[in-house]
Amino acid sequence: MIGRFWKPRAADPLPPPDEDTTRSLLERLDSAAQMRLGRSLALLHVNGGSCGGCEMELRALRGVLYDLERFGLRFVTAPAQADVLLVTGALTRTLRVALEQAWDATPDPKWVVAVGDCAVDGGVFKGSYAILGGAGAVVPVDLTISGCPPSPVRLLSGLRALLEANAR
Amino acid sequence: MRALSIIRAAGAETCHPWPRHILRTPDWAAMAQALPEDPALCLVALWADTVQVHALLHVVGAERIVLASVSVEAGGYPALSPARPGAAWFERTIHDLYGHRAEGGIDSRPWLDHGTWPHAAPLSARPPPLEHPAESPSFLPAVDEGVASLPIGPVTGTLDDAFHLRLGLHGEAIAQAEARLGYLHRGIPALLRGKAPRTAARFVARLAADATVAHALAFAQAAEAALAVTVPPRAVALRRMMLECERIAVHLDDLAMIGAAVGASGVAAACAEPREHLLRGLEQAFGHRLMMDCVVPGGLAATVGPAELQALRRGIGAVAAALPGLRRRLEASACLPRLTGLGTVPPALAETLALGGVAGRASGRRWDARLLRGLDGFVPALERAGDAAARTRLRVMEIVGSLDLLAQLLDFVPEGEMSVALPMVSGEGVACVEAARGDVWHWLRLDHGQIAAAFPRDPGWALWPAMEAALHGAAAEETLAILRSFGLVAAGVDL
Repeated sequence: MIGRFWKPRAADPLPPPDEDTTRSLLERLDSAAQMRLGRSLALLHVNGGSCGGCEMELRALRGVLYDLERFGLRFVTAPAQADVLLVTGALTRTLRVALEQAWDATPDPKWVVAVGDCAVDGGVFKGSYAILGGAGAVVPVDLTISGCPPSPVRLLSGLRALLEANAR
Repeated sequence: MRALSIIRAAGAETCHPWPRHILRTPDWAAMAQALPEDPALCLVALWADTVQVHALLHVVGAERIVLASVSVEAGGYPALSPARPGAAWFERTIHDLYGHRAEGGIDSRPWLDHGTWPHAAPLSARPPPLEHPAESPSFLPAVDEGVASLPIGPVTGTLDDAFHLRLGLHGEAIAQAEARLGYLHRGIPALLRGKAPRTAARFVARLAADATVAHALAFAQAAEAALAVTVPPRAVALRRMMLECERIAVHLDDLAMIGAAVGASGVAAACAEPREHLLRGLEQAFGHRLMMDCVVPGGLAATVGPAELQALRRGIGAVAAALPGLRRRLEASACLPRLTGLGTVPPALAETLALGGVAGRASGRRWDARLLRGLDGFVPALERAGDAAARTRLRVMEIVGSLDLLAQLLDFVPEGEMSVALPMVSGEGVACVEAARGDVWHWLRLDHGQIAAAFPRDPGWALWPAMEAALHGAAAEETLAILRSFGLVAAGVDL
């Protein structure tokens, strides 16, 4: 009875992951990491002083239409469970310690993705006394996803490039 | 209304559309002392520039709005926080940014300044040298010995703002709750100074992404009031539409998060899907999913033709079509019964904190910035219970209301220009816009077309303290549901 009314929701078709990004990531990945990480990644969001726009788009990514988990990507809530830190925001001086601690608590091998223009280089807030100018000021960044904020499609193609590089 | 007559008796400077009264220090102190007699006189905002401290007061019902200022003498001014506890965060902010002391204030701990900036009081005329490495703000001491402390944040992994919440637990019950914000301080007040309004609008649009249209619009209207500029009717109509679209998108996002917090994943999915369709429609219509940088002082930055309006109609249509299903799911799920009685805000507290938006109206406070102008016959939906369920129900009602407004607005869109140029003159203005979370106020003073001083008042200034109070007595496991029911955003308060 239920089966007659239930129809699976069709998630949106997506463009393939960006080939150049995949290649550049591949070069940076050592074989030990491939062994351990496999074909799925646990993502931890670390807010580094964002306006909330990147978070809104990350939440959309988690929603039904993008359905992140079908790619083996899932959000976790503690650094100990994470493979990837998704850092948003221009990195305020006040959040520096929080990011450092999250990075230290994340087991190796780990990745850092700078999400959004602010996390890439400070974005519009460049030159303010209160910011350090992006995640790269404190931790090594493996991948940048630009945009203000990056759309879910863009976020997904960046994250899938990471996944591809990780699996090859 | 003794406080009001003290303010009215003082001379005023021109500020559009409400004059700003300049009080002598003894008069300001007398006004502060008279405030407890006038509970209806709400303190909406308290802010400063290098030489003065300004207050914005509001009498709900009469929609009477008064601005008052006092000069800072010997680095201090009489505090308002003894009469209005909500003023404490403002006073701490003023001290951290400008170095002005609130004499007799109830709380003098640092707020935005966690001891990490290169200098203290970065906005003061002469920033004092940093004598000692400042310490990050301390928390209030535990109310008694049996209280266990539970810290939450700033890294929560919940795709949220960075904040720190410290709960004091008596067994399962929350005996004490204190939020510490300031983590997201990007120095926006300093970035606004000396810029032309059009340039500054980029920072204003990034104060808080969930209210990017509301902040940009209130800022633009304050600048237009200051410069006596009239915006073309087409831009006015489109701005109103954008504001309602933003409200729908944010309410859907909040409802999805409330649903997820109480385990009603069906509700979350029923909200996320129409929201995404709306955002795609907005991207086609205005060129940006969140409509960031679309509203600028003088008009709109986007060009909107018939094709764009059609895309907008499609996006709104997707929400209208999904709404009956969402309501059904909300009623069928255990969502509303679970939220009943959680996180109650009594009407008196809502009044004291000048709590606006869904949270204020859920406690019976009949205030919506859309009442101020432009919308004849607009009646905001009200609830009385003041709990998380009331806030959730109101969000659904407001989506219906916004869809009605949008249908009216889309019926007739005036033709014409999208924006006008701004003159390079001096002036002062204040404006108010209703965002999804509550009333957004912007004040600014322009000097030959450049910003001399500005302050954005985000609804979060009232929402966070209301949430702190509402957590008292709740079970610790309900914290997330209560937080979500307020729709808290820290970025707008952190500046």
